[in-house]
Amino acid sequence: MSGEVVYLVFALPILSFIIILAFLRPLFKGRPKVSSYLGIALTGISFVLSLLLLLGVYSGKDLAASPLLWLNLGNVDIKFGAIIDGLVAIMLVVVTFISLLVQIYSVGYMRGDPAYHRYFALVSLFTGSMVGLVMASNLFWLFAFWELVGLCSYLLIGFWFDRPAAANAAKKAFIVTRVGDFGLLGAVILLFTQTGTLDIGSLHILATSGALAGSVLSWATIGILMGAMGKSAQFPLHVWLPDAMEGPTPVSALIHAATMVAAGVFLIARMYPLFEYSPNLKIVAIVGGFTAIFAATMALVMNDIKKVLAYSTISQLGYMFLGLGMGGVSVGIFHLFNHAFFKALLFLGAGSVGHATNTFDMRQMGGLGKKMPWTFACFVIASLSLAGIYPLSGFWSKDEIISSASEEPVLFYMALVTVFFTAFYMFRVVFMTFSGSYRGEKEHLHESHKEMVIPMVILAVLSVFSGFFNLNGGFAHLLGETDVETMGIFEVLSHPAAIISLLVALLGIFLAYAVYKKQWLSAAGLTRVFYPFYTLFSKKYWIDTFYEDILVRRFLVNGVFEFFSLFDRYVIDGLVNGAAKAATGVFVFFNYFDHYVVDGLVNGIGGAAKSVGKSLRHLETGQLQLYGAFIVLGIVVIVMTIFIVEVLV
Amino acid sequence: MTNGLLSVAIFLPLVGAIIIALLPASPKLIKNLASFFALVALGIGLFLFFNFESAGGLQFETRVPWIPQIGAYYHIGLDGLNLHLFLLTLILGFLVTLISRDINERVKEHFVWLLVLETSILGVFSSLDLLLFYVFWEIEVIPMYFLISIWGSGRKHYSAIKYVIYTLFGSVFMLVGILSLSISSGTFDVTEIAAMDSSLLSQVLPLSTTFLCLLIGFAVKLPVFPLHTWLPDAHTDAPTSASVMLAGALIKMGGYGMIRVCLGLLPEMAEKYAPILLSLAVVNVVYGAAVTLRQTDIKRLIAYSSISHMGFVLLGIFALGEVSLVGAELQMFSHGMITGLLFAITGIIIHNTHEREISKFGGLAHQMPLASTIFIIGGIGAMGVPTTSGFISEFLTFFGAFSAGARIYTIISLLGILLAAGYILWLIQRVFFGPLRPELASSPDIKPLEVFYCAVFIFFIFLIGLYPTFLVDIIRPAVGLLIG
Repeated sequence: MSGEVVYLVFALPILSFIIILAFLRPLFKGRPKVSSYLGIALTGISFVLSLLLLLGVYSGKDLAASPLLWLNLGNVDIKFGAIIDGLVAIMLVVVTFISLLVQIYSVGYMRGDPAYHRYFALVSLFTGSMVGLVMASNLFWLFAFWELVGLCSYLLIGFWFDRPAAANAAKKAFIVTRVGDFGLLGAVILLFTQTGTLDIGSLHILATSGALAGSVLSWATIGILMGAMGKSAQFPLHVWLPDAMEGPTPVSALIHAATMVAAGVFLIARMYPLFEYSPNLKIVAIVGGFTAIFAATMALVMNDIKKVLAYSTISQLGYMFLGLGMGGVSVGIFHLFNHAFFKALLFLGAGSVGHATNTFDMRQMGGLGKKMPWTFACFVIASLSLAGIYPLSGFWSKDEIISSASEEPVLFYMALVTVFFTAFYMFRVVFMTFSGSYRGEKEHLHESHKEMVIPMVILAVLSVFSGFFNLNGGFAHLLGETDVETMGIFEVLSHPAAIISLLVALLGIFLAYAVYKKQWLSAAGLTRVFYPFYTLFSKKYWIDTFYEDILVRRFLVNGVFEFFSLFDRYVIDGLVNGAAKAATGVFVFFNYFDHYVVDGLVNGIGGAAKSVGKSLRHLETGQLQLYGAFIVLGIVVIVMTIFIVEVLV
Repeated sequence: MTNGLLSVAIFLPLVGAIIIALLPASPKLIKNLASFFALVALGIGLFLFFNFESAGGLQFETRVPWIPQIGAYYHIGLDGLNLHLFLLTLILGFLVTLISRDINERVKEHFVWLLVLETSILGVFSSLDLLLFYVFWEIEVIPMYFLISIWGSGRKHYSAIKYVIYTLFGSVFMLVGILSLSISSGTFDVTEIAAMDSSLLSQVLPLSTTFLCLLIGFAVKLPVFPLHTWLPDAHTDAPTSASVMLAGALIKMGGYGMIRVCLGLLPEMAEKYAPILLSLAVVNVVYGAAVTLRQTDIKRLIAYSSISHMGFVLLGIFALGEVSLVGAELQMFSHGMITGLLFAITGIIIHNTHEREISKFGGLAHQMPLASTIFIIGGIGAMGVPTTSGFISEFLTFFGAFSAGARIYTIISLLGILLAAGYILWLIQRVFFGPLRPELASSPDIKPLEVFYCAVFIFFIFLIGLYPTFLVDIIRPAVGLLIG
């Protein structure tokens, strides 16, 4: 197998997008399923090819894809090409696999939606763009696909565009991430200017050899970090992700949990040598560590199941940043890998209960465990995995992050508290949703269709086992790390950090059990005790309010922009109109002068002035006679020009 | 033979205008004739485009004495600086004859003026003689005046007069600049003046005065802050066809003039005044975008966005880098297509809904799904999303300007793409998303012919976005020669 296969992984979903939009949508109006079958088939092939690439890389084959010259700019050029290494292969498998499962799930979830074709076209476009982002060997293309996945995200969040909340959330997502992209684009331009190349491999060599260093490297990594923070919803650019839950739930699973939001983590991993040789790796860790605990606090109090999961995603992405900053590429990416499965599963589970109950408000749920046993079982497995319960996948990668953070006590304790919050909020969701008795109004609740259940079961299996990938250090090895610590499946339980975090997680689950299952403690009572915190968390620290009401609406749109707008209308245009009025005044004066002084002297000229005045009046009405006047004017201008020139020469 | 074809392409629309003016014809025939002449001219333009040697310097030249006593020649030709703008004008010139098909009032005059307008813009882009350039530049004002004041809307007379006075104001300065140059050099021929030592050019006026005079003329057209307030009025009140020509081709005359004349003839002065012009570029970008965000009229909003986007052109030009100039040239073509599309589709929306206040729209994507999709594609281009021409031209402008040393200016200008996302997405949200307003429930979606001309714009937006080499390979050698 040659490395060029990677281009096929990219092209197939794009092809699916084009075929659906150009042919299936207009020709198969009554049979929308054709689109989903095509998308599933082509994504499926992409997945198989990605898997082959992963096996190839794993067995040490030297796979390469020759790049294509796309744009020649003289001294520099831009090539379109692909990197094939462990990082890319893992990401490709994750992206195509989750996309495949989400599309299968969507066959059930989106059944009957009038815009079914559009949905599958956009998911295909997203999948192709995400593959392009992952494989790109050149920062230019990485950025281009980075923007394209953002566009797909925009179009899918706003998929049900008639809902004002969805339209608003889509806009917010695009603009907030673009704040980060401002930094990323700046970094791309800075690197291109300073090194003359955007080839990622070359940039790695320049950074490790010390040719790219100092303030340039520092600024470049800051810019890249900004981009990553926008895409991965890190504080203070986290505000868009919870709102993005307005999109269809399978989209939330694919884009806003497993793949696109992890692109920021991927980007830092991709550019890791630059961060290693810059002073900014610590900032990555701090941003991640803070975001992890900060977002987790808000997840504690949300009543919308998807909102809890959204804040949880922000928090887990923070963990990944922390892992990258403290541990290294494999620490961060291993959590990305495991998180992709269990978090996608949690969203699909939320979609399943939402589909059944027609709501995402957990106060309208309860007792669903009996009605929806498959969803319940899968959801609990994913929750245990996310909470970091041994030996599920989340335990392994979270343990690595927490161990790596132990060098920095503050970050370490923040991470540990986050473990407690995570376990608590997840089991708060589990108990509020699945145990007790049903509080909603919908009748005849039943388990979802099999095309929704099967992907969940597959993901549940992975949520259990994907963590074993690194038991013998295989995962880290794949990411090019040589001195890999191997961890036995039982040995790990002798690590103090692992024991502590496991106990903390169990404590969190127990507290949720005590409050939401057994009601030994009342939730309302807890709210009262922690009222200031509860308010702070449920108001999202007033950050959204600050951004939207104060910064954007009052300060920018109604403040600065309005000022500019009034300035434009009254000052600049006012000056223009004022000048015109003044000029008219002068002309009026001339006219009087003409009328009374010149006219008195030469009647003929006065007559001419009158006719000019007449045609000036016609300017207001656009009369036909003016045509001639204008043509004459033009000729006069030309003749005068020539005359002046001739006289002067 | 191909050299003569350039003149044919320039004057064919004018010939068409004269024939239409003299022929007693039905409105339908007039419309078809106008499209025919514009289409043939476009065909010739495409023939020239594909026969252009990308590294061959000026081509398709014609140079015959015009007013030999003063050194004025009928000198025209195309190179990488103007070929794509010439092509842009021909494409738009053809499309506006289709866009205007629903004009029912004074049909004959409308198409006559459209064709005259096309010839005058083609003349500006292809002239290599300053006097000829000036004459075409002035002629353009006349058809535009009538197009706005007769077939326009709103305060159309005010806007038309404002346009004329603004342009004439700029032209006076430009004329002084041109005369100063040509009296000093004894010729109007751009290629001859460019070959001269600049110390010979200051015999009438100091070089800096000449430069600034020329620049004011071009700055009004582009437009550059604070000479921009004609643009929103003219674009808003013009009929769709004229708006498309104005935003698509006409304002590029300003950018082109800066490159060909200011930069090509007075490079030292361009370097000297670059900091001021770069500052104005940043003001254009940020201020233009800020004012855009406050607009309440859909057409006016798009008009203001042009000011911001032309700021990128100014940035690319006066960063004086090879790549930045390629970016600026590409941006002119790209903006012509993107804004052309936005004005075209906005015209259709206003026509079909009888509404233009943004606050009165809502949920139009239900009622006019095709038109909404097309508008969103245009919006994606205006935001500079990759795969559209907007992205690559802005990227090259930013990268080129930054690497040419205009670092701070570039970084501030990057804010422009953030603000662009703001005004475009907010507009899309208010007009197309949300529940459908009942008042709009009877608006028809767009017709096949309208889909066709929108598709042409879209084709070029993606062609340049996906395959910029198509134009970059033509522009780059010429820019290299210019600043070499």
